[in-house]
Amino acid sequence: MHEAAIAEALLKTILDVAGGQRGRPLAARISCGQFAAVNPEALCFAFDALAKGTRCEGMRLQVEIRPVEARCSACGRIWTIDDGYSRCPNCSSQQFSLLPEPPLLLESVDFEDKTDE
Amino acid sequence: MSRIEVGQRILQEDLEWAKANSLLFHKHRVGCVNMISSPGAGKTTILTETINALSHDMRIGVIEGDVETDLDASRIRRTGVPAVQINTKGGCHLSAAQVNGALGQLPLERLDLIFIENVGNLVCPSIFDLGEHAKAVVLSTPEGDDKSAKYPAIFARSAAMLINKADLLACGALDFDVEKAIGQARRLNANLEVFVISAKTGQGLDQWCQWLRRLVSQVKILGQA
Repeated sequence: MHEAAIAEALLKTILDVAGGQRGRPLAARISCGQFAAVNPEALCFAFDALAKGTRCEGMRLQVEIRPVEARCSACGRIWTIDDGYSRCPNCSSQQFSLLPEPPLLLESVDFEDKTDE
Repeated sequence: MSRIEVGQRILQEDLEWAKANSLLFHKHRVGCVNMISSPGAGKTTILTETINALSHDMRIGVIEGDVETDLDASRIRRTGVPAVQINTKGGCHLSAAQVNGALGQLPLERLDLIFIENVGNLVCPSIFDLGEHAKAVVLSTPEGDDKSAKYPAIFARSAAMLINKADLLACGALDFDVEKAIGQARRLNANLEVFVISAKTGQGLDQWCQWLRRLVSQVKILGQA
């Protein structure tokens, strides 16, 4: 359940961003590489529990898992690893190296519009 | 509704702790290897045997991560090297901040190599960098030869893989194909160093120790630059 640790860091990051906003945060978009092994359901569950009583209570999280890419050592082609045991789609070589993974990012936060009353 | 584009790393604080640990290692020219495996793969026995084998070459310290108890640190201390136990109290991995606290309890200026024995788990520890020079994943033969397919992240991120309990292969009760296990893991990580060992009999430990000596000497050379 590393998602609890991620949810804690996420909540802190969103609260920092929300500090400068008048409206309540409604939703956030998160992205990570496939190998970050982030289970969206577990992350949302942990976030919901931690956000209770904060400005983030009830926020919706959208998690986008980005595939891991590899570069063929023989022909240089870059492709997406979907099963972990791919061959190069160009030359069928099984020699490849994984490209640096997309980091775990808070992409954006949506806030409710708050006008002066 | 208004959208704010943030684009910020969520684990920034963890990354900063990892960087702080890495600077400490650099300052004291001490190598650090983060050992990761499922529970029961034999990490602690590998460490006690490695420490015994390297005791004349280098000074070693150990950080032990477990959910509960001081049992592993006690086993390590019986070899005569300093060990700090971290109890995560339910936590599934060690954090760089926890390791930073433990490093403060080790005599870094008098060490050449630190092993971090992470919490037994193949998923969570793979995500959290601790500032180490290398991750070493341990796979024991009774676990099966398809672990790298099931848990690709840690095999992709490790510098070395130890296939432990190789002495059990001779008994014929296991369906473990060494070549298949190595081939699968190297497809994820072409540069993966592989050591087929038995911590119990000592098989293969020489090559593993040789790899550790090289890592430490590289850290010493880089520290002088």
